[in-house]
Amino acid sequence: MENKRKYVIPGDLVTTGPFRPEQNVILEGNKIISTSIGISEIYDDSVRVIPLTGKYIPKIDDLVIGKVLSHTSLSWELDINSCYVGFLPAQDVFGRDFSAHADELASKLKTGDLVAARIANFDRTRDPLITISDRDLGKIDSGTLVKISPSKVPRLIGKRGTMIQTIEMATDAAITIGQNGWVVVSCESHEGLLKAKKAIQMVNEKAHVANLTDQVKKMLESKSES
Amino acid sequence: MGGREATMVLLDENGIRCDGRKIDETRKITIKAGVLKNADGSAYIEFGDNKILVGIFGPRDVHPKHMSDTDTGILRVRYHMEPFSVTERKNPAPSRREIEISKVIKEALEPAVMLEKFPRTAVDVFIEVLQADGGTRCAALSAASVALADAGIPMRDLVAACASGKVADTIVLDVNNEEDQAGQADMPIGYMPNLKKITLLQLDGILTPEEYKKCVEVGVNGCKIVYELQKKALTDKYFGNGSD
Repeated sequence: MENKRKYVIPGDLVTTGPFRPEQNVILEGNKIISTSIGISEIYDDSVRVIPLTGKYIPKIDDLVIGKVLSHTSLSWELDINSCYVGFLPAQDVFGRDFSAHADELASKLKTGDLVAARIANFDRTRDPLITISDRDLGKIDSGTLVKISPSKVPRLIGKRGTMIQTIEMATDAAITIGQNGWVVVSCESHEGLLKAKKAIQMVNEKAHVANLTDQVKKMLESKSES
Repeated sequence: MGGREATMVLLDENGIRCDGRKIDETRKITIKAGVLKNADGSAYIEFGDNKILVGIFGPRDVHPKHMSDTDTGILRVRYHMEPFSVTERKNPAPSRREIEISKVIKEALEPAVMLEKFPRTAVDVFIEVLQADGGTRCAALSAASVALADAGIPMRDLVAACASGKVADTIVLDVNNEEDQAGQADMPIGYMPNLKKITLLQLDGILTPEEYKKCVEVGVNGCKIVYELQKKALTDKYFGNGSD
């Protein structure tokens, strides 16, 4: 599948010809130009650049980890590590028959709580609408929050989840990865928790290194022997 | 700084300038990307004796709210000189000159950044001049564009900047402080090398139409030299120990 990967910076020519510009590229005449620092990938009919830096931009259906910033009598506001705040309406939690004077929002989610949520709707005119009414979503009761760069989330997951499976299997930890770069790790043993955290930080720092899965595996194994 | 003579030959008969450079030579330039941990993006540039640090925040919420634009993100630039950046202490309050340079740099960066992707947000650019020696606006602009790329702000192209000018009746590249004071003209140029577009052009002094054309040409060539170094700074940070 090696499709001519190349390191690019903004302004670099990725390719010329009849390609469809996708993420992080623009069309100037017949030239396709990168707009980010990243790795360019050319497919049969489209071109895109995988960015190596940048803030999280919400996308519909993304799983994110949010932190409750505040609430009004009708909704919560969540910090989702983006340039926009997540908007979680009270109906989403209390159901259709929510009434502002009968239900107290703080009884369900308090400021500072961590929440696993999904981006229900987002466009450029409004702040992202968030939902927690789904399986595996909602308030996170236990675990440690690890923050990594959002552009390195795909690397942490790995090809078909290989990287995250490696870490989870070696440490017995349960890891929830938000697309916004916030990761919650929970583990029975203290040792496993530390090791999983270290592995995640390692991926964050060495995301551009080839064969990272093997390196992570080696690190995890070497620690468990000692 | 300080140690240079007050009376000097700006250009000798061999075409060597007061600091030993040829007429088409820039000062020594080093750029480093990602030097600050807490900023979203940053860069440090040494442009001869100029030392400038740039930090970027954003895209982030706009405060005060009324400044935000529902169609696009906004760019805010603060160019600031440290009190110790010049020989006589400079009052740290923003001067008329600093406010102007902030505006000029902002307008030189705007054609490159694609903030329409982030409506209702702001990108803040903080430029701190630690040491000044003529041509700070060009050095600051070059560093700011590296820092913006480091922050992951989508950009059409990097903006490279370099000055050219007229000293002792000759068009020279990269005017330093002495040449700026004693020379005849100074022309800072900001340039997008891949799009071949000029984003900043100022001129202080008098040039004939021929000299003007020559001056722009020399300045643009200088920008291309700066661009290679900007590119190197970013590749070193992001692809440093990887293979290409």
